Amino acid sequence: MAVDTAALNEQTDIQRDITEMVRQFADEQIIPNAEHYDHEDSFPEPIVEQMKELGLFGVTIPEEYGGMGLDLTTYAMIVEELSRGWISISGVVNTHFIGSYLLMKFGTDEQRDHFLPRMATGEIRAAFSLSEPEVGSDVQGIKSTAKKGEDGKWELNGQKMWVTNGLGSGIVFVLMKTDPKADPPYKGMTCFITEKEPWKEVNEGDYAGLTIPPKIKKMGYKGVESTELLYDGYRCPPERVLGGEEEGVGRGFAQMMDALEVGRVNVAARGVGIAQRALELALRYSQERKTFGKPIAQHQAIQFKLADMATKVEAARLLTRKAARLKDAGERSDLEAGMAKLFASETGKECVEESFRIHGGYGYSKEYEIERLYRDAPLLLIGEGTSEIQRMVIGKKLLQRHKI
Amino acid sequence: MKICVLVKEVPDAAVQKRIDPDTMRLDRSGEKNLNPFDTHAIETALQIKEGGAIPVEEVVAVTMGPDSAVRALHKAVALGADRSVHLSDDALVGSDVCATGYALAKVLEPESPDLVLLGQQSDDGECYTIGAVVADHLKMPSLTQVVKLDVADGKLRCERQAEYGYDTVEVELPAVISVGDAINEPRYPSLKAIMGAKKKPLDAKATADAGIDSGMVGEPGSKTAVLALNPPPAKQAGEIIEDEDTNETVEKIVAWLDERKLL
Ligand SMILES: Cc1cc2nc3c(=O)[nH]c(=O)nc-3n(C[C@H](O)[C@H](O)[C@H](O)COP(=O)(O)OP(=O)(O)OC[C@H]3O[C@@H](n4cnc5c(N)ncnc54)[C@H](O)[C@@H]3O)c2cc1C
Repeated sequence: MAVDTAALNEQTDIQRDITEMVRQFADEQIIPNAEHYDHEDSFPEPIVEQMKELGLFGVTIPEEYGGMGLDLTTYAMIVEELSRGWISISGVVNTHFIGSYLLMKFGTDEQRDHFLPRMATGEIRAAFSLSEPEVGSDVQGIKSTAKKGEDGKWELNGQKMWVTNGLGSGIVFVLMKTDPKADPPYKGMTCFITEKEPWKEVNEGDYAGLTIPPKIKKMGYKGVESTELLYDGYRCPPERVLGGEEEGVGRGFAQMMDALEVGRVNVAARGVGIAQRALELALRYSQERKTFGKPIAQHQAIQFKLADMATKVEAARLLTRKAARLKDAGERSDLEAGMAKLFASETGKECVEESFRIHGGYGYSKEYEIERLYRDAPLLLIGEGTSEIQRMVIGKKLLQRHKI
Repeated sequence: MKICVLVKEVPDAAVQKRIDPDTMRLDRSGEKNLNPFDTHAIETALQIKEGGAIPVEEVVAVTMGPDSAVRALHKAVALGADRSVHLSDDALVGSDVCATGYALAKVLEPESPDLVLLGQQSDDGECYTIGAVVADHLKMPSLTQVVKLDVADGKLRCERQAEYGYDTVEVELPAVISVGDAINEPRYPSLKAIMGAKKKPLDAKATADAGIDSGMVGEPGSKTAVLALNPPPAKQAGEIIEDEDTNETVEKIVAWLDERKLL
């Protein structure tokens, strides 16, 4: 019997065609090259260039700005496939996606016209920056400040941390304190669109006052750089306050939290992708490797691992797609996005670990792909809010929705 | 110049293939895809078009197959073909290579292509012969297993994979050329192209529209009949020589090869 698996996955024809293309791209261009770039911790330029041509930087940007105008659900499917190849590749797109979301939802017409067309093609790439050396989870505790000068420009000062694409990006959406006395503090925060020269450590001219120290050395998630950003008297024109001064000043925290909601769906999709790959590697290896006279896949202990992995991957995928579909339908999805992020990132880590165990000693060897996945997966437990923070969000929302 | 590319929908490479014992035909259920060899044929057409050595007005993808084959056509136009033609009719079910080649030739005739390209084999049937049958009906020269192709002075210069090395052959246009997968690296369809694929013209035809004699297609029109199916003979277990003393091992291997007159 012919089974239309696309319908069961609730994919439209277009989504299926797109997923197929990205999967083939990952199989042929990403997976065979990931080891090289991971080993060198160098930016996978040729892969990124091809992604620009394929339109992968403009997935959710409206067609009028030269993007594809696709929804979050389709975007999540693309991210899953890219992450199945290598999560660093999705990392190059992810902060860009959040930046374009911020512009689409909160930007002024001028800001959209100015940035989105060049973002849709990938000509400029976006980063976003909340975290600081002393602050991650507790975003309200940021210390960096922006002060309006006499010439109308804002002067930005402070140190930002863990900025993915911090060096290669052309714009950074950065959260700053604009009213230190605000109570609660989040009401005194503003998001600035800070332009910079891509790949330049010390910015000059209009962008003077923004320095990017050498990239942070990481356990995994290599290839895409994570950096500090030093704002020291960087001058930002008033029209680069996200949403304009009138609408934007004091709204930065809410804007960023809104973006993090789609960001969580995005990270969830990455969890599904890496878990799927770990499962595939385990399925292959366990049928090849023999112990005690049979393939290890025929030992029940291994089969149970495979069964658990496959079950979790499927559940994580469904949670992720549900959160994305709710958002696309304009429904509240904060709770679901949190659940998807929590479950899928944990699934990513668990599946990678089980697959690693199935690989025995070879899993510990750099010759095997699972070794890289083992170093990559933990990032997903941290970025866009740790699992602890997700549980806090989920718990809080649950009680809100079910108040007695 | 007009280029027609023959494409086919085949079971996806990941699908385990089996013969349906009732119909003696390949069970074509499950995930399907555009025949990978055909993507090389499309790429060949696009490179000729983009190369500019000869102006190409149109690249047309042509298929014969059930309703689902529309997806293969969408992929073909997403890759860059300008439009597509879909021949589909219950009367065609069960056509063998000769019948299929005849039917495709009837669809190609009114298009009067200057060049017909196709993949040298399909992932399912692996007959390698459709191109030759189509060429026979169209009275065009035909080359198979082409791995390099240049257009110059209205002629084609092709390198054709031979048993040992390559044959270099010059062919007059119009011609029917089947290509191997070594000829190029097919591109990926961009998101924009995928989304635009459904907007490109698709011409659906039944046998009557194409002037196909229904007695020459389908099971009745096929000249071959499958009488029985047998699995290929199981491979003999190889001989494993344990490497204890390398000099001895080498001697053993040389002796083994010598026995079979392989040296
Ligand atoms: C590779 C990488 C890339 C990143 N990219 C970016 C980026 O592009 N932009 C950006 O802004 N940030 C980025 N981050 C930062 C990331 O968002 C933070 O690391 C994350 O939010 C956690 O913050 P923290 O590291 O300060 O940990 P902390 O907030 O100090 O937390 C430490 C531990 O305490 C737990 N914890 C904290 N508060 C509570 C609580 N109330 N109750 C219970 N447990 C709690 C946490 O779960 C964690 O286990 C990146 C991080 C990494 C590692």
